[in-house]
Amino acid sequence: MSSISPEPESGVSDATDTEALAPPPPGSSAEHAASINAAEAREKMIEIYPDKTKKKRAKQFLLNDPESPQPIAANTRTVPGIITQRGCTYAGCRGVVIGPMHDVLHITHGPIGCSFYSWQTRRNLARPRPGDVNYLQYSMTTDMMEDEIIFGGEKKLAAAIREAYKIFKPKAIAVYATCPVGLIGDDIHTVCRLAKAELGINVFGFSCEGYKGVSQSAGHHIANNGVFKHMVGLDDTPDDAEFRMNMLGEYNIGGDAWEIDTLLRKCGIHVTATLSGDISYEQVVKAHTVDLNVVQCHRSINYMADMMETKFGIPWFKVNFIGANSTAKSLRKIAKFFDSKKLTDRVEEVIAQELSVLRPIMDDVKSRCAGKTAALFVGGSRAHHYQDLFRDIGMTVIAAGYEFAHRDDYEGRDVLPTIKIDADSRNIEELTVEADPTRYRPRKTEEQKAALEAGGFSFRDYEGMMKEMRKESLVIDDISHHEMEKLIEIYKPDVIGSGIKEKFIIEKLGVPCKQLHSYDYSGPYAAFTGAGNFYKEIDRMVNTKVWRLVTAPWKSDPTVPPKPVYRPRVRGGGFEDEGAAKNWKRG
Amino acid sequence: MLNATTAEIVERKALRVNAAKTCQPIGAMYASLGIHGCMPHSHGSQGCCSYHRSHLTRHFKEPVVATTSSFTEGASVFGGLANLTQALRNIFTIYNPDIVAVHTTCLSEVIGDDIPTIVKRATEEGVVPEGKIVIHANTPSFVGSHITGFSNMVSAIIKYLSEKSSPKEQINIIPGFVEPADMREIKRLANLMGVANVLLPDTSGVLDGGLDGTYEMFPKGGTTLPEIRSTGDSQATIGLGHFTGHPGALTLETKHNVPATLLELPIGVGATDAFIQTLRAFSKDGAVAAQIETDRARLIDAISDMQQYFHQKRVAVAGDPDQVIAHTQFLLELGMKPVYVITGSLGNHFEKRLHELLDPVVPEAKIKQQSDFFELHQWIKNEPVDLIVSNTYGKYIARVEDIPLVRVGFPILDRVGHRFFPTVGYTGALRLIDMITSALFDKKDRSCAEEWFELVM
Repeated sequence: MSSISPEPESGVSDATDTEALAPPPPGSSAEHAASINAAEAREKMIEIYPDKTKKKRAKQFLLNDPESPQPIAANTRTVPGIITQRGCTYAGCRGVVIGPMHDVLHITHGPIGCSFYSWQTRRNLARPRPGDVNYLQYSMTTDMMEDEIIFGGEKKLAAAIREAYKIFKPKAIAVYATCPVGLIGDDIHTVCRLAKAELGINVFGFSCEGYKGVSQSAGHHIANNGVFKHMVGLDDTPDDAEFRMNMLGEYNIGGDAWEIDTLLRKCGIHVTATLSGDISYEQVVKAHTVDLNVVQCHRSINYMADMMETKFGIPWFKVNFIGANSTAKSLRKIAKFFDSKKLTDRVEEVIAQELSVLRPIMDDVKSRCAGKTAALFVGGSRAHHYQDLFRDIGMTVIAAGYEFAHRDDYEGRDVLPTIKIDADSRNIEELTVEADPTRYRPRKTEEQKAALEAGGFSFRDYEGMMKEMRKESLVIDDISHHEMEKLIEIYKPDVIGSGIKEKFIIEKLGVPCKQLHSYDYSGPYAAFTGAGNFYKEIDRMVNTKVWRLVTAPWKSDPTVPPKPVYRPRVRGGGFEDEGAAKNWKRG
Repeated sequence: MLNATTAEIVERKALRVNAAKTCQPIGAMYASLGIHGCMPHSHGSQGCCSYHRSHLTRHFKEPVVATTSSFTEGASVFGGLANLTQALRNIFTIYNPDIVAVHTTCLSEVIGDDIPTIVKRATEEGVVPEGKIVIHANTPSFVGSHITGFSNMVSAIIKYLSEKSSPKEQINIIPGFVEPADMREIKRLANLMGVANVLLPDTSGVLDGGLDGTYEMFPKGGTTLPEIRSTGDSQATIGLGHFTGHPGALTLETKHNVPATLLELPIGVGATDAFIQTLRAFSKDGAVAAQIETDRARLIDAISDMQQYFHQKRVAVAGDPDQVIAHTQFLLELGMKPVYVITGSLGNHFEKRLHELLDPVVPEAKIKQQSDFFELHQWIKNEPVDLIVSNTYGKYIARVEDIPLVRVGFPILDRVGHRFFPTVGYTGALRLIDMITSALFDKKDRSCAEEWFELVM
């Protein structure tokens, strides 16, 4: 089922396969979930909808068949009024993909709100090197007011860029358009071009108006295009390391990128650029000097991987550093790509070492969490990746869905040719990329690639979420509030992974919710050490005493306690009328 | 951290850095949540709704439910009629609120969607069920700030729903943009004074709920529709705060001739005294409840006990204009020196009122509307302060400059107290005193020379 070729025994059970065979423990949540008729549950969850809404939602709400995933209507418009998790294009562009670049100065062109809400709210941590500047604590905007809406905001934007330069002297300034900017027709790109010429620094704009797409996803694509066009390839100096690669689609939420980087360094693999987590301008501009791109979040960054391959000849494949099993597989695949015995041996050594630390934690947590159930509704990759962590500790994922992913993230990249381009997708520019006349250098010959592929190795691969989920589990794209409530009512999962907007609703219903955007201000959860953190976190959440305190004692037993009646006591404790002499002796 | 902020001040006319305000719709959403059985609806891109819900949730740590018209490029070109109509159909079918309160966004304002016309058509088409209500407020993000959005929604609620039939022995109170805990305290004071009242909006019981294993999308709290309707029959309206309390009170005065009494937020001794005095006018015999007198005496006692620690301490205050004015007054009552006083919002009244308060006693004070945390930080770098009073965003300055921070206002994203304990009224002032002294003492305990480390303070 997995895209990753069979490798030496990892020492981690391939939970995906064994889990399917083992019956759920009696009396467990997993057994309860297995007893539910999924088709009926699905119907109950969408029956309330008006016809048109129901028809639309039915296409985004499937019963899983891992053998042959059904087409899911992902990346389509959200039904207005339904209470969605989704955000906007600006959030995906400014907030996710470029936001983490800590020495690029980010200016939001628009009214105050958009920059305000994207100020420090995503936990893309940064630890700038000594002497580096960090602009992540700054939120900059043109704060457009009515006059600029009426008469145009280009002048104010140009002035804001000049002021920003004068105060901060950054290496680069990125400008982000918000809804009204597109509507009034401000040409941010010309303003940026002129500013670049005037100031002699890199200034570029992103037309990421909130309404551009159906979700954040459009913003990721726009961000990829801009970073590729304006940054990647500006510095041809490679880092001095034997095995160089980029980590794409890793945002260093809660320090994940650091954890992955530490692990890779232990193995002797060097990361030039992590796009985009704790990354500087210098690292982005030389990202094309590596020999391999690995993709963690396929949804948000596959465009970049594709474009870099076409222009510079850098191959890419999908990895997953969330979950012990997945991390081990990913490391082995990277080692296999670099085709070095030294590296392969080192990777095996590191895996063995890390697992020897992790296994006791995993086993301990598993003893308390096995048989419990989880549901995941988040992002464009996490709802898939985090399933591995739950499997590691014997939990069953009964339902999952993405907030803004596309069909390929559900069904696998095989379906790419069959995805219809609709009006909303057509809005987003597809860059025409060609091989660089001087810098295109295939990192593997066709023969080498063919040989690898013959051994089960795959490039440009992503199998998607559905093939790794149980049969009849629920796959719900862009889940609505109503569906979430019904899901909890019917399945009573032990934990739900979701976002801040849903968290406290879910918890009111007595189910703990793990925020998988911000990690509830904890983490890291990536790689082996991160996996241990996550196991312990889930253990805490599902077993914490607070859930047992929710029901007041007089609710579970309305019997009024009797008033105390006077009974003479004896020295040493006890009452005279219940054999006090005996008590006395014993005392 | 903030290591690119220098003491040298470069004039800025176009660039806002680290805002001390946000946009209108979030204020409108907050106000709508203070109506019982109301679904706030954001007419625009879904990102706005997502951002507002997220930020309100981070502040309250409670469910914040709202719907969106989910504009895409098509709706932005052709108008949001179809989106809003479909949204209303879904909202009433699936979630069944009594009222939907629509607020606009920059997007729908720029394209000029006419909400009343869309709602009228939807009603004629039967999309809005019998007995259900849809109201709206225009809240363009490029005008004013979140406090404008709050008062615009409050005024819209009044315009749409208040009625006049026969006079009622009650008053209205428009509490301004304050916490649910503050609204609860304002009601408690009015009730202790024996003054029947309608608080509008009232987010207590909505955004400060408990955990008992049940979830109600529309909890018990919130001003009810009959209460809102009855506001036209009240004896008077007390509006608390020039920017977020007075507009609603004045709307009622204009619409139904209900006289408006315009006060400041009852934070600190004088402002709370003024509020109690006003309540006396509507009480049966003008008597002040014994409990309130006890609360006041305990407050004065605490100020007296701790006075030495307040005296002449330099304070920076940042936040929403009504809050900043009220806190500045209280700091003056404590004997402190508010030297930097800013808001990100627009407001000539803000500067005027603060000059009135500060010019006689702290003539060197810098007072500025439309300022931001970056500018405040630069001032502090030039001449430091002993204390910062602001929302959570002040914590970065507090950390790098090692200045004690007291979190008040909106948003507070990293503490729990604001959700349960008021800052208004005499007991609220006691809480402020606790927070201020603890912040000052914690710093002293942490950093003073060992020989000056005191057991008793």
